[in-house]
This record gives sequence, C-alpha cells and structure tokens, in this order.
Amino acid sequence: MKENVVKKQDVDFDDETSNSMNYSLLMKEITDMKSQLEAVSKSAPSNKLSMIVFSGDLDKILASFVIATGAKAMDMDVVMFFTFWGTPVLRDKGKKAGGKDLMGTMFGSMLPKGSSEVKLSKMNMAGMGTKMMKSLMKKKNVASVEQMIEMAGELGVRIFVCEMSMDLMGFKHEEMISYPDLTYCGVAKFLDEAMDSKIQLFI
Amino acid sequence: MSIEMKADKVLDLKGLSCPMPIVKINKGIKEVQVGQVVHAITSDPGALADFPAWAKKSGNEILKTEQDGRVTNFYIRRAA
Repeated sequence: MKENVVKKQDVDFDDETSNSMNYSLLMKEITDMKSQLEAVSKSAPSNKLSMIVFSGDLDKILASFVIATGAKAMDMDVVMFFTFWGTPVLRDKGKKAGGKDLMGTMFGSMLPKGSSEVKLSKMNMAGMGTKMMKSLMKKKNVASVEQMIEMAGELGVRIFVCEMSMDLMGFKHEEMISYPDLTYCGVAKFLDEAMDSKIQLFI
Repeated sequence: MSIEMKADKVLDLKGLSCPMPIVKINKGIKEVQVGQVVHAITSDPGALADFPAWAKKSGNEILKTEQDGRVTNFYIRRAA
C-alpha cells in the first residue's frame, strides 16, 4: 500500500486506499446483514398449527379434527390442546376410573363420556338434532368424530390434555382414550408449541 | 381435443368427503417416484379448490384437471 501523508482536513485518500476502505466497509455490512438474517430466520415460526380445543360440542370438535387432519395433509406439524369442555371428549366410554370424590363422580356422570356422547352446539333439540346430524353425516360419507380421532392418531396429530381440567373435573388418566401421541400438561407446554406456530386457533 | 394422460397410479377417491381427498392424495403422491403421475378421481365439491392449494403447498404439479359431471379428474406429477 502506498503511503500517503494526510495533510488536509478533508481526508483525501488515493484510489487504492479508498477502494480498499470501501471494500472492507462493504464486507462488514454484508457480515452484519448475514447475522441479522440468521437471527430472523431462527425466530420465524415453523410449519406448525396449534389449536386450543376449549369446546365440547360435536360440531366444533368435528371442525377441529377436520382442520387438524387437513393440516396434516398439507404436511404441517399439528398440536391440539384439549382443555375445559374439550377434555371429556377424550374419555373412553369403555373405561372406568375409581377413587373419585363426590364432585368427581358427579362431573363424571354429568359430562359426556367420550366423543360419541357430545352434542351439537345449536339445534340439539333434546338430542334429536344431534342424531339427525350424525345420520346425515353417515349418509354423505363424512367421517364421524371417532373415525377422525383415529385418523388423526395415524397421521401423527399431537394431543395435549390440560391437567388442570382433568383435576377440576375429577378425570383420571386411565379413563381417557388410548391415543398414539397424548401428553398431559399445563398451559406453558402448549404455549411453547403455539409460540412457534404459523397458525394458532381457539375452538 | 383431449390428450390421453398416462398415469402411473390411479387413486379412486369418489364418495370421500373433506378432508379425506387431500389426506389420501398426500399419502398417495408419496407412493410414486418423483416425476411420475397420479390420477386422482374425486366427487368432493371442495376438492376443486383444495387440490390446487395442496399442490402449491406440497410443491407438486397439477398437469391437468378434467371435469366429468360431478366427478373431477386430477393428473398430478410428483415434483419433490
């Protein structure tokens, strides 16, 4: 590098020095931008759908499973968090659980024992509306909620069950359905998944 | 004039309703090699919009769409 003595206030570099300075400034900018880009892509949400299933109605449960299995068909990772009125939907009608207190026994008998006992949110008409809807679905070859749950399991939909709801309603782990990927957890575990999801739904 | 499309696999999805058609095609496309064609036949009215959306997301190519009354024929090439 040529050695040029700097005399004036306004620095007047020669061409070579000037170019080399610009080049290193440019390189620094590029390096900075690269690390910024890396940071942004790391924090971008992954191809995941998180769903809170709060409702225990047949129509809403059906919708949530259609969305879940549909999302799986679009190659998304799918997480369903069953809480409150959604919790009884995952009970297995054929299983029994003992050791419940009075409140637990009451809740156990008042709440639906699994997906086959859930009702429409509207037009239930003392059970007639629900029956009609179920037979209409069968006629039009729409999968039932039970079939949807089984398909969801086959496709790898991950189910989380709210421990607090289980506790409040007096449900025991042994009375819930056998499902390939079912975890009992609290809200933090779900939020961890949800934060990282492209789609977050509350049903 | 319709050109005869040669398919490496035929998926008869007639009678299946949402979301089954896309669940089945997503599985079916993985059963052929990249570059091969799947002929999916569906009677689901929602499928008309669902299949292009699925194809776009999954990176596969719909070569041809043929309507035959209430039945739609999709010819899909596995691209990835």
